[in-house]
Amino acid sequence: MIQAKNISKKYGSTEVLNIPQLDIPKGQSFGLVGNNGAGKTTLFNLLLDLIRPTTGSIENHNVVVNKSEDWKIFTGSFIDESFLIGYLTPEEYFDFIGDLRGMNKADVQAFLSQFDDFFNGEILGKKKYLRDLSKGNQKKAGIIAAMMGNPQVVILDEPFANLDPTTQFRLKSIIKKLTENNEVTVLVSSHDLSHVNEVCKRIVVLDKGNVVNDIQTSPETLKELESYFSA
Amino acid sequence: MISRFLNLEWKQFFRSMFWQKGILINILMGLFVLYFAIAFLSIGVGGFYFLKKQYPEQDPLKIINSLMLFFIIGDLIFRYIMQKLPVMNIKPMLALPIKKSKLVNYILTKSAFSFFNVLGMFFYIPFAIVLIKEGYGISNILGWLAAMFFIILSANYLNFLINKNNIALVVLTVLLGGTVALQYFGIYDITKISSFLFDGLYVNPIYFLIPIALLVGLYYLNYKQLANQVYLDDAIATKTKEATSSDLSFVNRFGSLAPFIKNDMRQIWRNKRTKTIFFMSFLFLFYGIIFFSNKVYEEKMPAFLIFAALFVTGGFAINYGQFIPAWDSAHYRMIMSQNIRYRKFLESKWLLMAIVTFVLYILSIPYLYYGVDKFLMITAGAVFNIGFNTLFLLFAGSFNRKRIDLNASGFGNTQGTSATQFLIIIPMMGIPMFLFWIFNKYVSFNAGIIAIAAVGIIAFIFKNYFMNLIEKKYIKDKYAAIHAFNQKK
Repeated sequence: MIQAKNISKKYGSTEVLNIPQLDIPKGQSFGLVGNNGAGKTTLFNLLLDLIRPTTGSIENHNVVVNKSEDWKIFTGSFIDESFLIGYLTPEEYFDFIGDLRGMNKADVQAFLSQFDDFFNGEILGKKKYLRDLSKGNQKKAGIIAAMMGNPQVVILDEPFANLDPTTQFRLKSIIKKLTENNEVTVLVSSHDLSHVNEVCKRIVVLDKGNVVNDIQTSPETLKELESYFSA
Repeated sequence: MISRFLNLEWKQFFRSMFWQKGILINILMGLFVLYFAIAFLSIGVGGFYFLKKQYPEQDPLKIINSLMLFFIIGDLIFRYIMQKLPVMNIKPMLALPIKKSKLVNYILTKSAFSFFNVLGMFFYIPFAIVLIKEGYGISNILGWLAAMFFIILSANYLNFLINKNNIALVVLTVLLGGTVALQYFGIYDITKISSFLFDGLYVNPIYFLIPIALLVGLYYLNYKQLANQVYLDDAIATKTKEATSSDLSFVNRFGSLAPFIKNDMRQIWRNKRTKTIFFMSFLFLFYGIIFFSNKVYEEKMPAFLIFAALFVTGGFAINYGQFIPAWDSAHYRMIMSQNIRYRKFLESKWLLMAIVTFVLYILSIPYLYYGVDKFLMITAGAVFNIGFNTLFLLFAGSFNRKRIDLNASGFGNTQGTSATQFLIIIPMMGIPMFLFWIFNKYVSFNAGIIAIAAVGIIAFIFKNYFMNLIEKKYIKDKYAAIHAFNQKK
């Protein structure tokens, strides 16, 4: 359960986010859409305690994120390449994250073997540092790392951007599988309406920092969203 | 078009470097340049009279000429290490309607205005003026001066041809060492060749056409080489090295700190700048020799021996520690949102500094050669470095707000430097020097040593207490650090 109460962020006099109340129940697959500057990344940054809220607070499973660090134990995230350690190989990076999440080498191996398809032979065993991988491949490594160690909450900012179509399909099935038992809360932001519509049960539309639409997905949702953004 | 390029560079400079480096650094760099310019200028003006006075029966110009060959090889080595081909951000230009030849010519022409070339002229021009004033033939001197000018430029372009080749440096060093040795041991008189070559330029000023031909030839070679490289997959593309993983499982004994220590070790090894710092710290081991072998310090300024002693073992801790946590600035947000206790992150940095300092201390045992008292100073310095300085560096690190790009080059790179780096030296060096000075003066040498070591030991005993304070400070400044490290250039 993630609860945002009266959360807002101001830079100087410009308000980039203002959400009076947002509850995301446990196990929900939650999509965040909006144009550039709508506040999607700001919300995720607040949720990860990377920026300080101007007002209000966010609770992640009853932990107030800017008061205690305990949410880190059950939250995995990938916002952008700055979440990768460029001078490590992907294997070393996964081992590092595994270490932090209480997985041993064998656990990490077993976990990664599920994603052979997704990696498409471009990540593991390539003898390359993460900084030398293409943007798309960096993203693949980061997304999978965010899912390590059975997190209760997974936060992915623009996971579909920079991925090739095949990988996008595979990512969608990974996210669907992750949420099928309604155990793991997944938060995804995207510019691509059809992707979010496919993987999320609920979609929130942000515009200039405000929630302008909050819908449970159904076959009609995509049309509704398209008409909103084309207006 | 050229003016447009210049305009772009102007903007590039003022919109990045200037603000990134900070005004203080720029002033220091400016003073550094000014110092060299004035030094060369005064040698140029005074050199003639100095040589005349020292060697009254010889012609100063001939002395200079006889040594010229050594200067030129030395200059090439210096350039090899310090000077880099000025690169322009050509990638965005490639697809625009600009002739490649124009880009290449621009880059090459620009390099002619490098500080390294101007610096030499600060010597040659005043020296030539003095020569003319002293009655040497005007046309001869002008010919000689012109030749020197073109030789400097030739060295400039020769450097770019050989700069990517490590063997070239070895060849140059052997050449310089070899010629100096031949000269020194009287096996062969190199100065004769040098005199023959450069006196000739003075006697027959028309020979200055030879260096011009050399320059044209080298420019042409550079042009050909660069023109061939103006493709995305060549000069501009960064070479990707094959990753080599080494087994670091021996670190596992550090328990929950192990993953961090492994990371830090890989970081140091796989990035140019950290690697340079690592190797430099071994060079600092020899720093004490300069001070300990000089009796002046021992008799008049014993506190400066402490300064040296601190550097012998503290080279790594100081150079690496002063930029904590900026080494991790590129992935700082990840560190902040992963399942990491701040304490672990800091403890691992502390452990790394302490271990390397200890290893450097072991390596400093040969300093016993200079006497037990010197080695005691180093010992006290090591205790102070491990106990006090490591903690102080971690604390000072919480003020670091400058991003560091690990991939950028190592030597002479000031990225990440701010006023913090200058201020921290005061307590780290000043406290032990002051303690020693007081106790040595009013009590005894041993009391001075004990006082320094005692501060180190006390700090070490209360390490946990101080670590708590440091951790709190880091957590308090977390958002500011995240924000600052996220600012690219």
